[in-house]
Amino acid sequence: MLTVENLSKQFTLHILNGKQLDACRDVSFTVPKGRFLGLAGPSGAGKSTVLKCIYRTYLPSSGSVNYESPSYGAVDLATLPEREVIDIRTREMGYVSQFLKVVPRVSALDVVMEPILARNNVTREEARERAVQLLKRLRIQENLFDAYPATFSGGEQQRVNIAHGVSWRPRLLLLDEPTASLDRESVGIVVEILKDLRAEGTTMIGIFHDHDLMASVTDDVYHIN
Amino acid sequence: MEPMIQARELTKRFGMGCERCLESTGPDQETNRCWHCGTVLACNGVSFDLYPDEALGVVGESGSGKSTLVRLLHFEWEADGGSFVIHRNADLEQLPGLFAEASHYSCNLFGLNSFQKRQIRNALMGIVYQNPHLGLRMHVSAGGNVAERLLGGGWRNIAAMRQRAADLLHRTEIPVERMDEPPANFSGGMQQRVQIAKALSNNPLILFLDEVTTGLDLSVQARVLDLIRTLRSELKLSLLVVSHDLGVINLLCQRTMVMKYGRVVESGLTDQILQDPQHRYTQLLVASQL
Repeated sequence: MLTVENLSKQFTLHILNGKQLDACRDVSFTVPKGRFLGLAGPSGAGKSTVLKCIYRTYLPSSGSVNYESPSYGAVDLATLPEREVIDIRTREMGYVSQFLKVVPRVSALDVVMEPILARNNVTREEARERAVQLLKRLRIQENLFDAYPATFSGGEQQRVNIAHGVSWRPRLLLLDEPTASLDRESVGIVVEILKDLRAEGTTMIGIFHDHDLMASVTDDVYHIN
Repeated sequence: MEPMIQARELTKRFGMGCERCLESTGPDQETNRCWHCGTVLACNGVSFDLYPDEALGVVGESGSGKSTLVRLLHFEWEADGGSFVIHRNADLEQLPGLFAEASHYSCNLFGLNSFQKRQIRNALMGIVYQNPHLGLRMHVSAGGNVAERLLGGGWRNIAAMRQRAADLLHRTEIPVERMDEPPANFSGGMQQRVQIAKALSNNPLILFLDEVTTGLDLSVQARVLDLIRTLRSELKLSLLVVSHDLGVINLLCQRTMVMKYGRVVESGLTDQILQDPQHRYTQLLVASQL
């Protein structure tokens, strides 16, 4: 479903007189539909860079990111027009980072419902029900549902973030250390949720700090160095 | 999906202009004033598409030409060049009345006469300024301010106008019992919300937001932004959001263009602009954010 070919990313820092930084070089891998690929490598090897290039938060310097989209057919995400990238992000491709993007005055429940509703094929009630189930499963206390996540603890924010990322069941999900600041019990729950998603057919690419965790959830591992 | 608005090569200059203006201004020259003839190029060669139900951000420092851009599109200033097209689509066709003049759409709107421009503005556009004094009559009641816009849109029944004004002010969280007070009595945040009510009164397709949260304190800013986000998802508005605040742009816009000395130096997905800025100026801007 996704084939990354000779992907390289260099940053040119104009502020530092055009200094060049190599973030990743010649990365190539394929993820078949429904599989879960882990990205491994030492800190600074460019694992997050690869995910961000796929999501187009970074503009790849060279190489291609070939993706099979149900709406657009075979596309290269590295060069796809912005409008189509936005549409694919809304309906097909999700990204979960370590940090929640906190929006002022939006409740935890609304944060999780928003991506479900953006896809337009569910009623508000259904979206709400799904969001409630997910937050409960992630052990967010019910009296926090209508509170603003800006005031939550780090672990709670992280769990709301995961709920936000998976609630709408993306077709392709990119995970950048989603369990980094969670306790063991929460990590267990997240692993179960990821396994369920995989069983439902979501294709995933993930970075995990913990090797055992990586081995337990992923099908294949690609090493970057 | 087809773009609703296509703007091409928008240009506004103050001065006579000469053949060396283009080469002697812009981000690389670090000025928008031509040193040969003294002409200021406030906006030069700006092009963009705006799609239905989309929010496009415009960032840049003071003097970069962002507000000029809005004034050209809102027909406040006459453009010196370029084209501005609103494409007809199903939503537009449903609008009553005005569309007897359907030939206005899909032609260069800058070529219309001032009456036609005003028609287009009244039917399709709303604007919220940084300075509420520009958007409101401070000594006319809040309800009257909204009603004035409705009159321009062809409303004539006083009771219906009052009801509509009350609904809009309620939407924007102004207590209805205060609708007969003049905005001069209101706080800065309330004045912004009256402006938003007024801007929305004609059910616009395009809303221009020119630094709407600048100068408001944080909690009031959050409230105004939250209101804009809610209204946007309910009303299917297209927004052109002008701001020097990257946080505001990040919150509201999926795509952004960066302006400097009257030109667009870079445009792209908002998260890409913020995390992987390509142009020297954008890198400086992002690095300067608190």
